[in-house]
Amino acid sequence: MPKTVKTNKEMKETIDKPEAEEKYVLMQGNEAAAFGALAAGVNFFAGYPITPSTEVAEILSRELPKRGHKFIQMEDEIASIGAVIGASLAGAKALTATSGPGFSLMQESIGFAKITETPCVVINVQRGGPSTGLPTRPSQGDIMQSRWGSHGDAPAIVLYPDSVKEIYELSIRAFNLSEKYRTCVVLLLDEVIAHLREAVKLPDVNRYRIINRIKPTVPPEWYKHYDENQKYLSPLASFGEGYRFHVTGLAHDQQGFPTNRPTEVDDMMNRLKKKITRNIRDLVQIESYMMDDAKVAVFAAGIVARSAKAAVNMARAEGLKVGLLRPLTIWPFPDDAVRKMLKNVETVIVPELNQGQFIHEIERLAKEKSDSAIIPMQRFDGEMIPPRRILSKIKEVF
Amino acid sequence: MAAIPQKTIHSYLRHNKKFPHVWCSGCSNGIVLGDIIRATSELGLDRDDIVMVSGIGCSSRMPVYVDFNTLHSVHGRAIAYATGIKMFRPELHVIVVTGDGDATAIGGNHFIHAARRNIDITVILINNNIYGMTGGQYSPTTPEESISTTTPYGNIDPNFDICELAMGAGASFVARTTAFHTNETQDFLKKAIQHKGFSLVEIASTCPVIFGRLNKKGSAPQMLKYLQENSITMKAAEKIPEEERDGKIIRGILRQRESLEYTQRYANLIANLTGKEAKDEK
Repeated sequence: MPKTVKTNKEMKETIDKPEAEEKYVLMQGNEAAAFGALAAGVNFFAGYPITPSTEVAEILSRELPKRGHKFIQMEDEIASIGAVIGASLAGAKALTATSGPGFSLMQESIGFAKITETPCVVINVQRGGPSTGLPTRPSQGDIMQSRWGSHGDAPAIVLYPDSVKEIYELSIRAFNLSEKYRTCVVLLLDEVIAHLREAVKLPDVNRYRIINRIKPTVPPEWYKHYDENQKYLSPLASFGEGYRFHVTGLAHDQQGFPTNRPTEVDDMMNRLKKKITRNIRDLVQIESYMMDDAKVAVFAAGIVARSAKAAVNMARAEGLKVGLLRPLTIWPFPDDAVRKMLKNVETVIVPELNQGQFIHEIERLAKEKSDSAIIPMQRFDGEMIPPRRILSKIKEVF
Repeated sequence: MAAIPQKTIHSYLRHNKKFPHVWCSGCSNGIVLGDIIRATSELGLDRDDIVMVSGIGCSSRMPVYVDFNTLHSVHGRAIAYATGIKMFRPELHVIVVTGDGDATAIGGNHFIHAARRNIDITVILINNNIYGMTGGQYSPTTPEESISTTTPYGNIDPNFDICELAMGAGASFVARTTAFHTNETQDFLKKAIQHKGFSLVEIASTCPVIFGRLNKKGSAPQMLKYLQENSITMKAAEKIPEEERDGKIIRGILRQRESLEYTQRYANLIANLTGKEAKDEK
């Protein structure tokens, strides 16, 4: 039995539950994203059609009204993310789903959600870019956009699943983290998995832990919209509850009113940063596969990690000591796990479906203190990196 | 209209840290804010149930001063943000305060689509014919031949008629007045807020410090006087020949019609699916 370690409290909570209650269903990736969101309690969706994410909107247009919840198709992606943020401020668990071009259009308001600490979830099913690019072909071109897409400094939480089942689970987790950390969480999908149908075993919906935003307990006159605790997290009131707070995309004080005072701006910017950096252990999830005795490691996410895992298995069958490090949370970047990997292996292969994005992060950490060789492996022609290619790269470096 | 003591305005303003305001002296935005407060106060609306949403621009700075639920969103998108709020909480009164650039240039798409849906949002559009906050560039309503900082040789862009635009897109309540006519403004605002469906109140206003100065329109009071003298009611407009109406601001309720409101339609849809009765079904 290969050793798989998933480090996260929440994930353990679901995995440790008895399997007897699980049942098999045939599910498509986008369907898993939609039903995961429903399991998390989504009650508002606004979106605009775009391949290859459209199924998420189609499914929710059918499912949400049946449950008494709201679905609206807006006039564009800019309006979609706007409606999502508006609904969230009115108390909704709000979602939108899009792909590259739409994700680019949403960036300004994603920054607004971050600076105003408004929870929401954006699903981005990546396709080949730039521009219209390859609408029905896989790409991992938005790894950096999901981190740096909006102007200004704004730390990101981005989750990256590798299977249909994991899409379901990370869709729930995306909502949990957005509610807990009061921010926009991005669920980044690969076109291949979004359109893949797999038999998945899902535990009963009630077995997943669902996190809801903390509501204020103080009387309205004491309420501060950004009243951070020692973990830099704060309770959140909704419009119409009597708190009558102000929300602005301008730099603001704890009350939410605009400010130019350096100390207040500094406090706000620090809170945005520290609520991520001081909670890394809660945020970062990583799968470490056959890494204990590995001399060579492959670092990959999403569908490429599945190819890589197959390659690792083939290499192990030939006696080569290879492992896989796969981030489930790509932002914040799993610095500590990568540092550990760099300490223990001689070579790191970084396969990705772009012209080199993850590799910059690995190289950044390698510069700190490591003489491991970092080997890029990039493909951007709209095709997958098959396991045998990764296997031959592994053999090249041994 | 009964005289409202000044205490009313005072009691609706936020007093912690928010004043002085950002508007130039002579700006009409403060007059409109007073009108909005008086209108909502006279309607007896609970301020907990009012959400004021804005985008970016001079008029869009209004929400921070007033003690409602307030959202100062991004440029052009106030109506999109407001749509999300209204969809999720239809019982709230959602008021958008916007300007000519915010609503009809960068936000034109959201403006026409909200009108088309007939979603119950009240859009108060303060039209000062210029981008004031960025220092005086031409907007979709800057009159032809006017000078702005980006039309140094005179504006060659034809204008939007904002009310015609809203009616063409399907708005069910459309009214136009000016910042000078405060009683009329309050009356139209009350009707717009009470109207079930998308409502637009366009308020012709003044920007004496930038538009006025660049185009030699005189002082702030002179510009308000211009609004008084150069606007006529719809009734008066009907009585004069068409060529005399040219260049005049036509005031009045240009459209007021019953048509099924969007969140009500959605409630009906949910009711049909779940077998529960929709509230206030028409």
